[in-house]
Amino acid sequence: MTRFALEARDRRVLKGEDGRARQLAMGIILEMADALGARRLIDVESVHVDGCLAIGQVSLDFPTYLLSNGGRVCVPTTLNVASIDLLHPELSGRDAATFDLGKGIMDAYLALGCQATWTCAPYQLRERPRFGSHIAWAESNAIVFANSVLGARTNRYGDFFDICAALTGRVPYAGLHIPENRRAQTVFRLTGLTDQLLRSEALYPVLGYLVGELTGTLVPAIVGLPSAVSEDQLKALGAAAASSGATAMFHAVGITPEAPTLDVALAGRPPVRQIDVTLDALRAARETLSTRERDQLTGICVGTPHFSLAEFSELRRLFRGRRIRNGLPFYAATGRETYAELSARGWHAELEDVGVELVVDTCTYVRPFLELGSGTVMTNSAKWAYYAPMTLGADVTFGSLADCVESAVAGRIERDEGLWQGA
Amino acid sequence: MKGSGKVLRGRPIVAGTADGPALVLRQPLSLAGGMSLKTGQIVDVHAPQIGAVVTGRVLVMPVGRGSSTTSTVLAEAIRLGIGPSAIVLPEVDQILALGAIVARELYGRICPILQADPADFEGIRTDDWISIRDDGSFSVRPGTGDAG
Repeated sequence: MTRFALEARDRRVLKGEDGRARQLAMGIILEMADALGARRLIDVESVHVDGCLAIGQVSLDFPTYLLSNGGRVCVPTTLNVASIDLLHPELSGRDAATFDLGKGIMDAYLALGCQATWTCAPYQLRERPRFGSHIAWAESNAIVFANSVLGARTNRYGDFFDICAALTGRVPYAGLHIPENRRAQTVFRLTGLTDQLLRSEALYPVLGYLVGELTGTLVPAIVGLPSAVSEDQLKALGAAAASSGATAMFHAVGITPEAPTLDVALAGRPPVRQIDVTLDALRAARETLSTRERDQLTGICVGTPHFSLAEFSELRRLFRGRRIRNGLPFYAATGRETYAELSARGWHAELEDVGVELVVDTCTYVRPFLELGSGTVMTNSAKWAYYAPMTLGADVTFGSLADCVESAVAGRIERDEGLWQGA
Repeated sequence: MKGSGKVLRGRPIVAGTADGPALVLRQPLSLAGGMSLKTGQIVDVHAPQIGAVVTGRVLVMPVGRGSSTTSTVLAEAIRLGIGPSAIVLPEVDQILALGAIVARELYGRICPILQADPADFEGIRTDDWISIRDDGSFSVRPGTGDAG
């Protein structure tokens, strides 16, 4: 079936000499290699598996099949968010069957040798892929961050393939593993934006949403971002672009490692498209992220992708000790490493005191944590705003983190429109 | 392209035979979140075809987008028997292909994924009858409706 000559080690695996699980994994990798027109396989240094959500029975059947056929990962493998919060199980399972399915999937991936990271932000873990390394990451926001901000090389991998790569340590040499495919093809120029907006975290999810929608599968270069832009702002940008488009990589000119200049990002070639990003275009994109703007506030969800320590620091600063309006749910989702650090610093207790409920291992748009009722949920995440109307049937209003905090304290939707006015 | 029963050449990303009426999407759809695993309906609030049932249709759409959970949603839909009968794309989408491959390996159910020439792809209309063969060749018989 394969159109290229296999290395002896891959041939052995394909013959089943390394067990049925690796044989199936290698077969799937080669089928993908053919589909992509790859001519060889390469080693990967790490894998991030996104297959651990309980979408359905197949989510359990696949890792169980691999496990019962002797499967075991052969490279460091981290795990994405699962369907339940094992540290706070009372938050999760509304029915026993869903809980058991979710737990069964988590157990199966751990038994295959994956690490219990349960985060959609593996780039926040202490061990990060190094510049130029080949990795196989799934989870769209992690993919775009790894390629763009870390300069590691991964294709847009998804469920099933991720664990196949972990079992074999091999992927097709194709797509964004190849330097040529990493050059920018579209150029987005920020024009006429105020310094205040450029500094605000509110800009980045909106900008990412707009860029993703317009660039589709092409690699965009963004010109005009301030040099002080933070990793969390780039995270929000990438997560939004990967939701509205199929974006797997962007260049922030003068900021991200493969774009010291626009010319380098473009590899000296002319772009396919050039687009000016104006305040009007951003305002329009911001509006499409809200299904409702004036309504009863039923809760707030932040931490999609998982909140970093720096974002928790900002959250504490914004609350200034003020409490959330009585009984209004305010969920902040994060990974276990950050969660442990919050406890060590005493921030956990402080945030709980204010009324913030911490969620780990999972994401608030995966499970309906909130009693949604007829009200509207506020979020500072374009990704949450994009998916939650579909996964939860929620109405959403999009705001900055400061908007989320002010709304939580006031008990009603408050959005600072000043940021979005012209200079 | 509109010639009745004319055989066109596609590339089998996941090989198999299938037929059914086309459901043409001109905008990419993320099956993850965009398709209900209870009803087989498109539930993406951003999709013009919201409410349309995917089950048994040959889904004709631009390359998928967004969440990498899409593979699982497709595999589960195929397992449940509510998935599309085939998917026709103008480019390779490995995330969709994987879903179909895993459903084949675990459950022996085939949902062919076909890469069509962009011109042939553009010519397909909703409700055209599409027959796909194992070698990737396919025929398009014009249907009555045209919602594409």
